[in-house]
Amino acid sequence: MSAGIQIILLVFLVACALAVSLTKNLFIAVIVFMGYSSIMAVIWLLLESPDLAITEAAVGAGVDSVLFFLTLKKVHYLKGTREG
Amino acid sequence: MGEKKSFWKHLKAWVDGEEVILDADKYIVSRSVKEKKNWGGRYSMENIKGNKKLYGFLSVAISVLFIGIMLSVVNDLPEFGNPSNPANNEVMERYLESGIEETGAINFVAGMILDYRAFDTFGESNVLFLAVMCVVLLLKKDKNNYSEKEEAENWEDDYFDENEKRPILKVGGKLLAPLIILYGIYVILNGHLSPGGGFSGGTIIGAGLILYASAYGQKKMQTFFTFRTFTLICVACLLTYCACKSYSFFTGANHVGYEIPKGIPGNILSSGFILPLNICVGLIVACTMYGFYALFTKGDI
Repeated sequence: MSAGIQIILLVFLVACALAVSLTKNLFIAVIVFMGYSSIMAVIWLLLESPDLAITEAAVGAGVDSVLFFLTLKKVHYLKGTREG
Repeated sequence: MGEKKSFWKHLKAWVDGEEVILDADKYIVSRSVKEKKNWGGRYSMENIKGNKKLYGFLSVAISVLFIGIMLSVVNDLPEFGNPSNPANNEVMERYLESGIEETGAINFVAGMILDYRAFDTFGESNVLFLAVMCVVLLLKKDKNNYSEKEEAENWEDDYFDENEKRPILKVGGKLLAPLIILYGIYVILNGHLSPGGGFSGGTIIGAGLILYASAYGQKKMQTFFTFRTFTLICVACLLTYCACKSYSFFTGANHVGYEIPKGIPGNILSSGFILPLNICVGLIVACTMYGFYALFTKGDI
């Protein structure tokens, strides 16, 4: 059971990593990267290192993405905002 | 002396973001009109764009080369989990056998990073502090880094923060931010007893602060978190960390004997300096995370 879940998670991880590098739209890339970090947090939990899981979820999925979005806004990439 | 002074002037002008060339008028008169170099032909933009296929091929080839090198190195690594690996030496046994006794922390990871390897963590905190200082240097608004357009946009942002009704964000922020910050404090304070610690808890607190700031605007944040608070907390935490660890090094290395009592492992007040060090690291990380957000949005904390 656990092995099956781990295989599914690893497949998703590879798929997310490929999608981040292949997508043209940076906005979508950041969102897929958030998904990558969330999957990675679950994998850390399954590998019995919960402190890394907490950090990965908070930094990778939370703060990092916010900083990426702010950077995209600063370089006038996001459409529909005042800077876009 | 004169040359040195002018160099200092240059450096100061460059740091302040002013015109880099001093005495610009003289320079403009003295410089001759540059000849237009004939880059054309082979290096024109069209030709470079035409070579896209070549560049694609080259990038794939270089990536494959590097992947091959990495995989060949991985092939030579010792087998995972082999008991005779060089990583499984007496250091790990010592940690596992007498870790609780020597550090007083039930969480081995906290005992390792904040007691045995406390100097590494000190370096990491300093790296974070340096990173936020670089962002301050580049993005903070002052009289030399000021444009009226940005000021107008900031004013507009403040206006919308105060007057716009954003019920989902505001109610969500009001309900969630205290819980997130409380959870972060719990993770920091239980760093030596349960998984987590300074860095994890600090990022959680930072995320809570970012949520509150994005819901209610930076003006409301500034009622309790200004640039002055930020500087004071960061510097005070780094100095406290440095003082605590210096104390341990001087007394421990010289066998003076004034050791911090370890307490009973499992109590909240135990394990010597790990709890205050966790609090220091957590505060630095939380301030840094919120500082990044604030400097990226408004250019001011």
